[in-house]
Amino acid sequence: MENVDALMHGFGIAVTVPHLALMVVGVLLGILVGVLPGLGAPNGVSLLLPLTFGMQPVSAIILLSSMYWGALFGGSVTSILFNIPGEPSSVATTFDGYPMARDGRPTTALATAFGSAAFGALVGVVLITFLAAWVAKAALAFGPPEFFAVYFLAFASFVGMGGYPPIKTLVSLSIGFAIAAIGIDTVSGAVRLTMGVDELVKGVNFIVAVMGLFGIGELLIATEESFQLKSVSSRVDWREVVRTIATLPRHGVAMLRSAAIGCWMGITPGGPTAASFMSYAIAKRLSRRSQAFGRGEPEGIVAPETADHAAGTSALLPMLSLGIPGSATAAVMMGGLMIWGLNPGPMLFIEQKDFVWGLIASMYVGNIVAVVLVLATVPVFAALMRVPFYLIAPLILIICTVGAYSVSNSYLDVLLMLGFGVVGYLFKKLSYPLAPLVLATVIGDKAEDAFRQSMLMSKGSLGIFVSNGLVGSLMAAGLILLLLPLLLQLRRLRAPKPSFDQEPSP
Amino acid sequence: MRLATGIAILALGATLGSIATPALAEWHPTKPIEFVATAGPGGGTDNLARTIQSIITKHKLTDQPVIVVNKGGGSGAEGYTYGKALAGDPYKVIFGTSNAWQQPMVSKVAFKHTDLTPIAALAQDEFLLWVKQDAPYKTVTDYLKAVAAKPGDFKMGGAQSKDTDEVLTRLIEKTANVKFTYIPFKSGAEAAVQLAGGHIDSHVNNPSESLGQWRGGTQRPLCAFTSERLPKGPLITATEGWHDVPTCVESGLNIPRFQQPRTVWLPGKVTPDQVAFYVAMMKKAQATPEWKEYIERTSQTETFLAGPDFEKFMTEDIERVHKIAAEQGWLVN
Repeated sequence: MENVDALMHGFGIAVTVPHLALMVVGVLLGILVGVLPGLGAPNGVSLLLPLTFGMQPVSAIILLSSMYWGALFGGSVTSILFNIPGEPSSVATTFDGYPMARDGRPTTALATAFGSAAFGALVGVVLITFLAAWVAKAALAFGPPEFFAVYFLAFASFVGMGGYPPIKTLVSLSIGFAIAAIGIDTVSGAVRLTMGVDELVKGVNFIVAVMGLFGIGELLIATEESFQLKSVSSRVDWREVVRTIATLPRHGVAMLRSAAIGCWMGITPGGPTAASFMSYAIAKRLSRRSQAFGRGEPEGIVAPETADHAAGTSALLPMLSLGIPGSATAAVMMGGLMIWGLNPGPMLFIEQKDFVWGLIASMYVGNIVAVVLVLATVPVFAALMRVPFYLIAPLILIICTVGAYSVSNSYLDVLLMLGFGVVGYLFKKLSYPLAPLVLATVIGDKAEDAFRQSMLMSKGSLGIFVSNGLVGSLMAAGLILLLLPLLLQLRRLRAPKPSFDQEPSP
Repeated sequence: MRLATGIAILALGATLGSIATPALAEWHPTKPIEFVATAGPGGGTDNLARTIQSIITKHKLTDQPVIVVNKGGGSGAEGYTYGKALAGDPYKVIFGTSNAWQQPMVSKVAFKHTDLTPIAALAQDEFLLWVKQDAPYKTVTDYLKAVAAKPGDFKMGGAQSKDTDEVLTRLIEKTANVKFTYIPFKSGAEAAVQLAGGHIDSHVNNPSESLGQWRGGTQRPLCAFTSERLPKGPLITATEGWHDVPTCVESGLNIPRFQQPRTVWLPGKVTPDQVAFYVAMMKKAQATPEWKEYIERTSQTETFLAGPDFEKFMTEDIERVHKIAAEQGWLVN
């Protein structure tokens, strides 16, 4: 096969001593920026960009993409240990990762996360290798109505998940939509909901919201409940890492399903964040141990992590082949590509074979380097859990404050973050779900844009959402996911009496 | 406000004088300089800021480090508002486009371009009318005939709402007496992909935004909104380069020139010698081979407007955009 030859040629470029050294440096830097919330992969890659101006393009992209892998892994560390997502896409990892770590199994939680993440990334790379041409074409089929349908599906899979009264989910979702609407509206160009604060024109950064809601919110709860960790084994235990990795194949079905969701969302491009949420929700619904989700269920870590990395990896494909970045980091790298004198787009694969295949080969090698490095650091990170709470609490506060500030060097963000902390605390206290709020904050404005663009295109007719097979089936799947739990509940309630409910009409 | 503009003009006048007479006390930065790109990473404005950053670093145009930060929230309003709040701080250089004066006209943002001190316009980005590769239209007249036959059925995509792309779209409608449905996207790159997928019928992207797509055979330009054809350069497709694209005027659409300037600003209330320093620095950056390479790569037109020239350009552009905005009912003040 032509692609295999090209890939072997790529390995010849990627597997050299200087390039391997660049990978190690990139991954280590990436883990660092991933662990520090607020810094994150997009910022880290922008900071490193000027250093690459003098390099060969292929060396430069290897350094930057390795940093991206490192950051994707690093982002899970603080999610699991402190409930502070370092990256937007690791929010879903906190749902089960943090309870498991608090339960005294931080090593298991981290190793599970990294193992499944590596699997997801690998699936993403294999997909890029063999389906590049086909995938590039598939992405073109997505116009505004299709995008809206994808976002709708993500919302539906999450909202219908249950566990909370539907009205509370709805409240949480609505607040999220309102937050997403702050700033300039793409479709009308108007300034919305800035409430007299000039700086809010930029909108609310997701990192700021999430660090407050999760990090500070959890801190307040923990302080109130006099936070006690279960005793964590005092030895740095490498065997636990190996043991955990060995049990991963047990979740094979979940991993494959999550990788598929991730790849699909990375390419379309719904993005890694939506992918991880959707994958978590679907895993919870399909699992026989659905009740254990949210209390440290391994599959609750496996599902979002696999999808996150599969999406993060496959997001590079639309960037290379179409010139549309699937994630913020991919957008920065695309800027780099142009500065190095390369034009992302369909011709890159034909004109710059060495570059493209060198990069793809480096994804294989870089991810292996990354997973070895992060697994090696697991016990060290896990040891952080043994630090007493009265030392960790101020540290969390500092990390969140610095993180919020560094998003765009703005004091307002720090205040917002603290405000979100209070919201997070209240939500927990009143048992409202945080996840719908987070999801709506991240993709709410995109969903709104896509919906209104569709309405412009169809001159106000909703028929555009069933106008072709693709959008029609996506919408139908979304409606079924949304309505099915309600109907099942109704049927259960009315079981003794004759049933009135109707079949879902897509 | 008028006074501020007056002062800015005086300041720039003074500065241009001071370049010629080095006897005046010169200002030099004594701490790191921050370049504020009023766009997200990867966009045209960000590219310019980072190109200048790399030129300054390579040619040692200052001994202070230069860092680029992105403040692209609110279609750039974040960056300009930030500049407004830092009046008197000569260590923040703001990179933008004509939206510095266009955005306050059509949107209730918290800044006016007169809150900032203009340094220079460095390049003019050109516009072309693009259709899908396999569209049946050979010339812009063919296309506009089809659009005129079905008013409102043809979809024109573009970056943002009420910004340059939509202004140009409305200008085409007026000139050719047709009606489009304008669909705003986040960026020109997004519009290009939507055109490749056949979800819209045309867009008015800059050359660099659709270069890869043209080369890859997913879309092609019908005409360029320039007074003469774009310069000869390397071929883009197997047979054509930018010079082969007819101007819109020669193919029957009478819009002789439509450009988007790349602009550089300091916060308000800075001193004339500080302005002079940056004007000179930008001028030096333009004299390097890296700049030539950047202009060629992005198919922009090189320009250098500072002082009264820049003010004159702004006044004319404001007049033109104001007219369209008033007709469309976009004005907010």
